[in-house]
Amino acid sequence: MTEATFDATAVSPSNARRDFIVRLRSSAEYIAIPVFALVVSALLFSLFLAAIGKSPVEFFELVWRGGFGTAFSVQNTLQRAAPLILTALAVAIPARIGLITIGGEGALVLGGFASAAIAIPMLDRVPPLPTLLIMAMAGALVGGAWVGLAGALRHYRGVNETISSLLLTYIGIAIMNFFVEGALRDLTNPNKPSTKPLGDAYMIGKIPGTDVHWGLAAGIIIAILLHILMTRTTFGFAARITGGNARAALAQGLPVGRLIVTCTAIAGACAGLAGFFEVAAIQGRANASLAAGYGFTGILVSFLARHNPVAIIFVAIMFGGIVASGGLIQRRMDLPDATVLVLQGLTFVVLLVSETLYGRFAIFKAATTSDRT
Amino acid sequence: MSSLPVQRFHISRRRFLHAAGAAGAAGLLTSTSQIARAAGVTIGIVYVGPRDDFGWNQAHAVAIKALKGVAGVKAVEEENVPETDACAKSMESMVNLDGADIILGTSFGYFSPFMVDLAKKYPKVQFRHAAPLWDATKHPKNLGSYFGYLNQGHYVDGIAAGLSTKSNKLGFVAAKPIASVLSNINSFMLGARKTNPNAVVQVIFTGDWSMPVREAEAVNALVDAGCDVITCHVDGPKVVVETAEKRGVKTCGHNASQAPLAPKGFITGAEYKWETIYKGYAEKLAKGEALPNMVAGGYDTDMVQNTPFGAGATEEARKAATAAIADLKAKKPIYVGPLKDNKGKLVIDKSYDNYDPYLDQMDYLLEGVVGSIT
Repeated sequence: MTEATFDATAVSPSNARRDFIVRLRSSAEYIAIPVFALVVSALLFSLFLAAIGKSPVEFFELVWRGGFGTAFSVQNTLQRAAPLILTALAVAIPARIGLITIGGEGALVLGGFASAAIAIPMLDRVPPLPTLLIMAMAGALVGGAWVGLAGALRHYRGVNETISSLLLTYIGIAIMNFFVEGALRDLTNPNKPSTKPLGDAYMIGKIPGTDVHWGLAAGIIIAILLHILMTRTTFGFAARITGGNARAALAQGLPVGRLIVTCTAIAGACAGLAGFFEVAAIQGRANASLAAGYGFTGILVSFLARHNPVAIIFVAIMFGGIVASGGLIQRRMDLPDATVLVLQGLTFVVLLVSETLYGRFAIFKAATTSDRT
Repeated sequence: MSSLPVQRFHISRRRFLHAAGAAGAAGLLTSTSQIARAAGVTIGIVYVGPRDDFGWNQAHAVAIKALKGVAGVKAVEEENVPETDACAKSMESMVNLDGADIILGTSFGYFSPFMVDLAKKYPKVQFRHAAPLWDATKHPKNLGSYFGYLNQGHYVDGIAAGLSTKSNKLGFVAAKPIASVLSNINSFMLGARKTNPNAVVQVIFTGDWSMPVREAEAVNALVDAGCDVITCHVDGPKVVVETAEKRGVKTCGHNASQAPLAPKGFITGAEYKWETIYKGYAEKLAKGEALPNMVAGGYDTDMVQNTPFGAGATEEARKAATAAIADLKAKKPIYVGPLKDNKGKLVIDKSYDNYDPYLDQMDYLLEGVVGSIT
């Protein structure tokens, strides 16, 4: 999809029609192969279910019912998808520049903590709206600095960003615990170390008419904005060149270091915002519950979406549906919670394997060569 | 995984408790809304970790399993549910898709805001949460709390441990210095000093509910320091008990029965008795009676128990512990002042009833405990 649109032929208006076909065909490849992979993983999973004596039909019926089948289920799904869009973006943006960062969880926790902490002196002194804006900025800044640090370490010190972002996650959680159990602890709550609660007036409400908080809308808007940034701007173009071949990008005189730090910082900011929404829309305070694993699930979502910001929206919703139905499956089929993890793991592996299929089917190729970078 | 804040409760025996006193216990206020559904009772329960964690979650799951055998009672369970809006959705799903009459939330962080909001949204469904957080002035009437005073079980552990030590040094591996944990440590120490005035309890905080490596290190450090009886308050006591057994020292358990893990050194352990409470709820719902908002208790209301004595318990220890249990059933107080904290400040000025709210705010280690909460 996106890469093809930057085919050099695209600039000439006379080629517009042919280019459209190229784009369409190559987009079809990006949809057909993941769908095929999903079907294969569903079949494999059905074998697994049959092997343990459960009905695959019942399973997928319950996934539908629990995830999408009723108005309640849809809201349940959307609510669970909300944080995943932002944490998946935290993986997708660095991936476009060729980095695999998995530190979204740490940025989420620290971002959430920062927004809760900065709100403490403002409560009852500053009106809710500016407070929330400052909280969101604090969350994004701190999250951005955290993953940006992994990017900077990568570029300037040659430290593997996958490892450093993962390790920074544990440090981030420890920092939050340090403050939440120490200096910023709300002493009126003796049994669960937390920061001071925001109170209802300072909470972000639900999207009117639904049970879903504004984090979903924010995630969707940010995903679209980032898609535009990565595909329609010189910044995005330079980032993708760097992702294709960093040495060539350097030779071209691109500011590779700045690009890497910016991309990782954007990633961290997304995760930090997810943390802000966890605090301002759900928890109302920062505590250990922030580390609920959304940052790690986001990795999976981003890979499934092939690091495409718009695709992330849909994959996150699909994922939210699977997770939402997980409970119903436990209850109705008497299966352990790990069953859904088996499905997720199978899907992940099959999708990774399906990566090797790209470019192998003539049907997706147009007369002119479309260079996928 | 499970960051279960309050005390980890346990359940242990699968046998059934008839104690109908359960519900009545300390439950003072009763809810006004009644549920009278003709066909049986559906109980929904949500756990923060796996049902077979050898600790807190398993303790609840064992009680639910026992309930499933009761005619007219249906139970739906969900495990590994984090303390975020996922728990609210899981509970709502039980209400909407399974028709649950009562929802039990077993992890501390489920309560506010999630269960509070749900109770307002579904006024005909009962919600009960396993920690003393319900407040009549602030919270809906179809919401409530239940919990047990596990420190009574730890007190009995201490009584037996005091008679089991040769070095007079007892070791306690604790997760976080929060009130419920501190009360267990202090009660353990008071029990030990009751039978052995020279006993000292050395505590190591691991910092989190589930830190298996650090728990093993803590046990080794305590044994190296001369402790010859080890107990704990962590999510899953398995590592602590097994490591202590390997080092050849005696152990007291926590949450669920760890007796099989320490065939040589196990003395006894503090356990909850959730069946008492859950069965009380089920019976009242089946009869269409109102549920109490607050159910809490200890030995006197059959809500805590001690694991049957293991090979590590001497005859003397068994006798003393059995007598201590009888005392607790007769409501004899554990905290009898004046008592100082381990920095010399007077913190317990008089004799406090075992359920005195003052004790719930505990933020100190008493004299006799070696360790620091900061």
